[in-house]
Amino acid sequence: MSHLKPRILKPDQEEVAPQTEPVKTYRVRGIPYFQVLNNVGQPVVEPPDWAQRKNPLVALYKVMLKTRLFDQKSVALQRRGQLGTYASSLGQEAIGAAIGCSMQTDDVLFPAYREYAAQFSRGVSMTEILLYWGGNEQGMNFQHQDKDFPICVPIASHIPHAAGTAYAMKYRGQRRVAVCVFGDGATSKGDFYEALNAAGSMELPLVFVINNNQWAISFSRKHQSKALTLAHKSVAAGIPGEQVDGNDVIALRQRIGLALENARDGRGPTLIEALTYRLCDHTTADNADRYRDSEEVKNQWVNDPLVRLRKHMQILGLWSDQEEKDLNSRYLAEVEQSTRAYLQTPPQPVSSMFDYLYERLPDALNEQRNAAMDQGHQNG
Amino acid sequence: MSNEMQRWIKVTKMAKTTLVDAINLALAYEMAADPDVVLLGEDIGVNGGVFRATDGLQKTFGSQRVIDTPLSETLIAGMAIGMAAERLKPVAEIQFMGFIYSVIDQIINHATRLRNRTRGRLSCPMVLRAPFGSGIHAPEHHSESTEALFAHIPGLRVVIPSSPGRGYGLLLAAIRDPDPVIFLEPKRIYRLHKQDIEDNGQALPLDTCFLLREGQDVTLVSWGAMIHETIIAAEQLAAMGMQSEVIDVATLKPLDMQTILDSVAKTGRCVIIHEAARTCGIGAEIAAQLAEQGLMSLFAPVERVTGFDTVMPLFQLEKEYMPNVDRIVAAAKRTLEN
Ligand SMILES: Cc1ncc(C[n+]2csc(CCOP(=O)(O)OP(=O)(O)O)c2C)c(N)n1
Ligand SMILES: [Mg+2]
Repeated sequence: MSHLKPRILKPDQEEVAPQTEPVKTYRVRGIPYFQVLNNVGQPVVEPPDWAQRKNPLVALYKVMLKTRLFDQKSVALQRRGQLGTYASSLGQEAIGAAIGCSMQTDDVLFPAYREYAAQFSRGVSMTEILLYWGGNEQGMNFQHQDKDFPICVPIASHIPHAAGTAYAMKYRGQRRVAVCVFGDGATSKGDFYEALNAAGSMELPLVFVINNNQWAISFSRKHQSKALTLAHKSVAAGIPGEQVDGNDVIALRQRIGLALENARDGRGPTLIEALTYRLCDHTTADNADRYRDSEEVKNQWVNDPLVRLRKHMQILGLWSDQEEKDLNSRYLAEVEQSTRAYLQTPPQPVSSMFDYLYERLPDALNEQRNAAMDQGHQNG
Repeated sequence: MSNEMQRWIKVTKMAKTTLVDAINLALAYEMAADPDVVLLGEDIGVNGGVFRATDGLQKTFGSQRVIDTPLSETLIAGMAIGMAAERLKPVAEIQFMGFIYSVIDQIINHATRLRNRTRGRLSCPMVLRAPFGSGIHAPEHHSESTEALFAHIPGLRVVIPSSPGRGYGLLLAAIRDPDPVIFLEPKRIYRLHKQDIEDNGQALPLDTCFLLREGQDVTLVSWGAMIHETIIAAEQLAAMGMQSEVIDVATLKPLDMQTILDSVAKTGRCVIIHEAARTCGIGAEIAAQLAEQGLMSLFAPVERVTGFDTVMPLFQLEKEYMPNVDRIVAAAKRTLEN
């Protein structure tokens, strides 16, 4: 049924009746797999009610499109030497969009580095993301988002933080949820297993989302683990786990939304494995042609999550070519404006190396601070 | 005739080799010579490592010997320990030094203690390679120099090459060493210089400093990428009539203090240059040993030119963080005022 399901899963599929759960399509050795739309935007099961209405669909589409256009610009900036190494989220926009649209303001997001769509939905600006990859700490000082963690580069090291934050939420009796996103590669790290186990043991309000884009730089998902699905890792932690078509934003929004509700209502954590594909190189510093068949990539373009949602909206008569054109121009303009703002942002002052190190700079560091500022003047 | 013999006979002079290529040559040489040498790490196989240090090695030696591991640094270091105890010679790569910290557990609690705990019954001849240091506009967590954390660990060797030739010879020595070695590769100079090197399997000695330049007026002590700035500073000082002795420490632990003491006995002045943060950096250890053993030779206080005691800034400020030639020259001149 799904074009996306990894080939190794086939012998283990068993069909389950779609009507029992609107978006459940089959199971892989006990792990349910969810999909609503096929890759031409047609429902494979009865879509949830909200997915037949314009507003929620457009909200998801908007952030995906914005992310896609932002990504294109960022890669171009890097190629022109105006940005440092950049990690694109090409083809994976649906995951971030669904997360962002499922979370409430007071929840906390722990992103890795491909969740711009989630970050944008949560108030992080394009300029801030550019500043981060452009080598300026202001890119982590979100002006309109005061709770979320910044991008996490050391793989999986942010997952235990999410457990800690979820614990704090529970401790204070709040109806808040922590959401942590990470890649397929991250699921090989102890940090992941440890946090997953703790989340189960402590019944934390925590939603784990794996962006399984099939690659960890040059190492494929197949090699990363012999587990049939990465969602199976939830079994040992005693928490619910499931696979979702990661290019199907409707299925994602539905399942992630439900996981958040469960967490919020005190029913504990969930592990969601979103199956998608990295249509881009690992980062701009990578050349995937060294290790990945370009045919494989070409074949995956049919699963483009933007096309899928757009077709769905068009089939329902909710989206016109004019609207598509208008939205493109609007976001292209926003991207240009954000780029200008980024390029015009001055570097942090040299003193900033010291000024955020402690709440109050210890006297012992004053001399170094002065020396750094002298050197800064000489460097111009 | 063994592979090694064949290699010896066909000694190839590799014209114009970079540091990263020299690393590759040393790995290839030793893998051909010694079937116990295996490589493990992330993306080191088909991809040849993100800096291409292992480029082509999986093709030559197979995926049993050039092992792409699942993503886990603790796993990489821990497996290397188990392999080493079985008398394989693992050379493990940590993709960037920024991701090595979970490995410290394995090093402190196991790699460096195995010989001691078992009174020599088991040992741990492993090498842990990692690119490190700033200067290439890398993302967050990719630019730190934290060699001092490792130099603090008893039982470990900490080696840092500063040229293609020393990269080649020191890595061979590290692989052949019977104890654990951490081999840190200054990625800023991976492709900065080219040097003719002979791929002849000749190791350089560990546990000794290298004298790169002789002079009477001041001793400049450094290692890794900072050797580059240090030599430029020495040239500038020479143009001003001051002759510097330049020492590449190369093996930071155990420290060959004698070479430094001998030099300071001659010059009476010492400037230590490192990219790493100042407090508890290796510069502090060298200065302490100078105070203990070389105080009577000194005409001026020892100077340190170092990174600041701050978080490594993102790359827009990386130049402001790193010691530069001007600071080295100024420090040397200060010592000469006395
Ligand atoms: C702890 C750690 N080890 C190694 C790296 C280098 N590295 C950066 S991304 C990456 C692969 C990550 O793969 P995955 O978790 O699948 O995320 P993806 O990049 O595919 O989104 C590696 C090995 C790192 N950033 N952190
Ligand atoms: Mg991945």
